[in-house]
Amino acid sequence: MKSVKETAAWVKAWRNSPDTWAHSCGGDTPAATAACWIFSPCSSVPEMPERHECHDGQGEERQGLAFPCRCWGHGGAAQPCGKAPGTRGPRAARGLYETRDSREPRQPRDTSPGAPGQPRDTGRMQRGAPRRPEAEPRGKTRPSARQASLTRGEAARGGPAEAAVAVQRVRQQRGVEVPDMRRRVGVEDGRGEQHTGAGAGGTPQPPREAAQRPQRHGSRTIEARGAERPPRKAGRAGVYKTLKENKERFTSRVTTITTRSEENESATSDADPASRGTAAPGARPEVPSHVPFLLIGGGTAAFAAARSIRARDPGARVLIVSEDPALPYMRPPLSKELWFSDDPHVTETLRFKQWNGKERSIYFQPPSFYVPARDLPFVENGGVAVLRGKKVVHMDVRGNVVKLNDGTQISYDKCLIATGGSPRNLPAIERAGKDVQQRLTLFRKIEDFKNLEKISREVKSITIIGGGFLGSELACALGRRARTRGLEVIQLFPENGNMGKVLPEYLSSWTTEKVRREGVNVMPNAVVKSVSVCGNRLMIKLKDGRKVETDHIVAAVGLEPNVELAKSAGLEVDSDFGGFRVNAELQARSNIWVAGDAACFYDIKLGRRRVEHHDHAVVSGRLAGENMTGAAKPYWHQSMFWSDLGPDVGYEAIGLVDSSLPTVGVFAKATAKDTPKSATEQSGTGIRSESETEAEASEVAISSSSSPTPQVPKQGEDYGKGVIFYLRDKVVVGIVLWNIFNRMPIARKIIKDGEEHADLNEVAKLFNIHED
Amino acid sequence: MLIMHNGKDRIIFVTKEDHETPSSAELVADDPNDPYEEQGLILPNGDINWNCPCLGGMASGPCGEQFKSAFSCFHYSTEEIKGSDCVDQFRAMQECMQKYPDLYPQEDEEEEKEKPSKDLEANPMEASVAKEEKGSS
Repeated sequence: MKSVKETAAWVKAWRNSPDTWAHSCGGDTPAATAACWIFSPCSSVPEMPERHECHDGQGEERQGLAFPCRCWGHGGAAQPCGKAPGTRGPRAARGLYETRDSREPRQPRDTSPGAPGQPRDTGRMQRGAPRRPEAEPRGKTRPSARQASLTRGEAARGGPAEAAVAVQRVRQQRGVEVPDMRRRVGVEDGRGEQHTGAGAGGTPQPPREAAQRPQRHGSRTIEARGAERPPRKAGRAGVYKTLKENKERFTSRVTTITTRSEENESATSDADPASRGTAAPGARPEVPSHVPFLLIGGGTAAFAAARSIRARDPGARVLIVSEDPALPYMRPPLSKELWFSDDPHVTETLRFKQWNGKERSIYFQPPSFYVPARDLPFVENGGVAVLRGKKVVHMDVRGNVVKLNDGTQISYDKCLIATGGSPRNLPAIERAGKDVQQRLTLFRKIEDFKNLEKISREVKSITIIGGGFLGSELACALGRRARTRGLEVIQLFPENGNMGKVLPEYLSSWTTEKVRREGVNVMPNAVVKSVSVCGNRLMIKLKDGRKVETDHIVAAVGLEPNVELAKSAGLEVDSDFGGFRVNAELQARSNIWVAGDAACFYDIKLGRRRVEHHDHAVVSGRLAGENMTGAAKPYWHQSMFWSDLGPDVGYEAIGLVDSSLPTVGVFAKATAKDTPKSATEQSGTGIRSESETEAEASEVAISSSSSPTPQVPKQGEDYGKGVIFYLRDKVVVGIVLWNIFNRMPIARKIIKDGEEHADLNEVAKLFNIHED
Repeated sequence: MLIMHNGKDRIIFVTKEDHETPSSAELVADDPNDPYEEQGLILPNGDINWNCPCLGGMASGPCGEQFKSAFSCFHYSTEEIKGSDCVDQFRAMQECMQKYPDLYPQEDEEEEKEKPSKDLEANPMEASVAKEEKGSS
């Protein structure tokens, strides 16, 4: 290498170009300019979201290169460190996508390293704001809670038989094998009910016991399970199934071995396909029977892993198997940017404008990036192929082979499970009939966006159930349309305010008012009891008696991780957070990794957790890809998330951001004489200040957030901008940057340090909250 | 500075003056060779980090190998004019990229195609420089 100095020189010249991506770096040498040119296409293919953050927070030289700040983060157009993105508002400033963080309720189980894992009652239940309407206190909750979240198809009819099916699903998700109750239920002798004890709405006894077993002993093999369970009513069916399944596995393994040996003969080397005589294009099977890298799931985590593998393993051949008919795309714009687009054809183009004004598609890469699956084993330098509309239904970990829903078998060397999750539904809605289901959207995919966009132009009233990230963002997006089109937008949820599980109460209340100003009729403390069709409209009845009449419902009540494969694969499913349980290196078994929404992993700093954010999918997918190519690195780089709710509320966050933790918020005040009085009036919470009433430092009653329409608070008189620290045992474990940007590296550093800071105001100084 | 309580949550309002004095918070010194940390484009041992997010999909796309080959050559080039011994690799990369205009859009594509690739004794890079200087991507 010539010299760091020289490399630095061309890099620096390149960086100083007025355009974000210099094309001619002004270097002296043709080669230097060529290298510059290499980087310029970066801006054309920013398939990662424009989440820009500087490498080290200062944008200065690191490792001798004045480079990183430019495009560190996730690629795409960059911003020199330290420079604010202008005076654009929060949305314009970042415009990034946040995922649905359902911040799983399984709550504050203390999973910090070394702490005993005891369930804690957070008082949340007492507040009458259960995450799921029918959830019981923890420890007993899981079976019935899971039972509550039945899939649409299974529970369409409602009733105890379906409950039994759901219970079985619960167990299966835990990797607990049970006799096939579905078959028993189908027998229609009514005894299915008795055995499962699933009465209407009651908590079945046997499932609870069964559910506790995995917690103690982890998952079991199919055979062992079958042998243990005393044959009950159709116990014989259970035993029979076990043998049968065993036989199936045996046959499939034999097939695999046979296929593999044939494959081994013809596929000696990936690097020299030209020598393979079998490569006649016409004779190639549609789906390769073996791939070195198999990624199950075609979302953000899988794509990030594919890229990582390709970057590190020259000529790697990666096959993505996706149930979704679309190529890999990013989800956050589906609930944000796409709704604010001026383009009338946005539902077709799926393009949106980023904060820097540049447009891009939600697809990570255009179709030409991918190699057709049939060509994957033969293409010279390898590539990434995507099988769309196919689902992996069975996984044989011992034989390293999977089976698709169409019967195709694919064997692999290394496998990533990135199956993500499916939106949860409300029991009340599942019980309601088909008429209600037709007027329901469970929002997650491109199709859902297209449908909802169309519906928003056709109906008079839409109700969003759920007060978290997705619900609030959709409410704001629809609320904006509401104003121009006379659409009524209602949002209802059990908590006291929007983002009630993420933001401390005072901020949640303040945010709720902001959401109201976006044109949304926010109804907090609302628990849905039933939904029915009334005339041509929907009637939602709440538990407190209130009624809401509407035309369409969007349910944004959380995500259920897709862990169906755990059963056949014999993988452990986490009972606290859901998802596949993996270690700090995201590994489940020696050749199997899990990333993204479906991964319950061990975070060295923050303990075991499962994160449902976009950046986490990118970070974990990338890490899994690295580890699949031999890196053996633990989860270390803390992922972040963000959200925008209207023009006044935009924040970025990192770590454990749970409103049940004690917090310290430091907000900017314009001048000394400004008081936050109007802020407190605004938010409807009664906050006493220490300086006013020094004697009293006690709790204050929180009034409900149904305050009248507020006026616009002046900057500095309210929670305009600041930083909020979330503490666990005096250590900062989470940080929210409230309406301030480009400071994420500092936040990340503080969490990484894991130090006890005596005065958090001093820590807050590091963020320069008064500057733009 | 105004400090308030809302139950377990503390709220502090600070003016610019309040935050003028330097922070007394202490941060732990970073280990530049921490193997766990995310690395920039160049690793501590001098190698190129192909997995750097800053490269976008350059190293992983269909022209990934050509890109890696060209850039590695440049990176390790010890020629006086750095990278001048890498013309072939750059050319190969360019040719590959031209096959995928969606992925590697080039502003003045027509112009580029028209230019015969042979007449550039200066080298193909100048052509691309000239082309890129005109437009931004």
